[in-house]
Amino acid sequence: MKTLSDHILDIVQNSVRANSTLIEIMVEENKKSDLCILKITDNGCGMNKQTLEQATNPFFTTRVTRKVGLGLSLLKQNAEMACGKFSIWSEPERGTEVEAHFQLSHFDRPELGDIWNTLYLTILSNKNIEFIYEHITEKGSYKISSTDIRNNIEGVSMHHPEIRNAITGLIKNNISKLQ
Amino acid sequence: MTKITSLADLKRIKEEVQSKMKLRENSSNPDRVVQVKVGMATCGIASGAKEIMRYFIEELEQQAVDAVVTQTGCMGFCYAEPTVEVILPNREPVIFGFVNKTKAEEIIDIYIKKGELVDGIIPITFKTIDE
Repeated sequence: MKTLSDHILDIVQNSVRANSTLIEIMVEENKKSDLCILKITDNGCGMNKQTLEQATNPFFTTRVTRKVGLGLSLLKQNAEMACGKFSIWSEPERGTEVEAHFQLSHFDRPELGDIWNTLYLTILSNKNIEFIYEHITEKGSYKISSTDIRNNIEGVSMHHPEIRNAITGLIKNNISKLQ
Repeated sequence: MTKITSLADLKRIKEEVQSKMKLRENSSNPDRVVQVKVGMATCGIASGAKEIMRYFIEELEQQAVDAVVTQTGCMGFCYAEPTVEVILPNREPVIFGFVNKTKAEEIIDIYIKKGELVDGIIPITFKTIDE
């Protein structure tokens, strides 16, 4: 995975498959403390202890279409490569929380990437899930939810090019204000 | 065009769009809609499925094809990513492998619009992974 956005797109699929109804994504880029944090929290089916222990094992997966599960292990590897750490918490019926820390200025830290496209595509594909995205920097924070977006475009398809540009532009402009 | 920075701006754009367009038929006629599912698990994302999905959304909208583009999970053809599953109305699902922009264009022009099969189909008896 080349960017944090790709990781988010990937990890969020785990939450979707866990039948979550609420998925919160938080990215913090703090130049003062030289820290970058990615946190994804869901209220899905969660994992039991044995599954949780195996979650970052690349040769473990619960799916049946293939035998490897690389999503979390790649994120863990990238975090550790960039002087960071990785943690995962989960409880059956409660949900899962994945947190990755990176050293912000580290050469091997994946850059943020086009998070606006990631969010747009994810919200578009999962109509029944509420997504909350929060971006934090040393200058402040910006928060947006899929419900806010949907309420404001009611009656028009999300596929419409002008709507697409408006949604991605909205997210992009607010993030760049903070950077 | 002014920069969009708030939800109010988004709403304004929506109202502009809404006043310009006539209601599309796809809501009233769901069985005529083409479904395009882009494989977006780790394997797909790493091979650039995000750009392909965006491309399908843009092209199908531009060419006014009634289509729903969504993500799907790994279909087990990781070697052939990006993979795209296309379901034409009343037809069996078909999967295309190694989809780049050229291939995507071919799929839209020939398979989706004319219904003629094109190369690049993954020829295993395929069942959609979403129940």
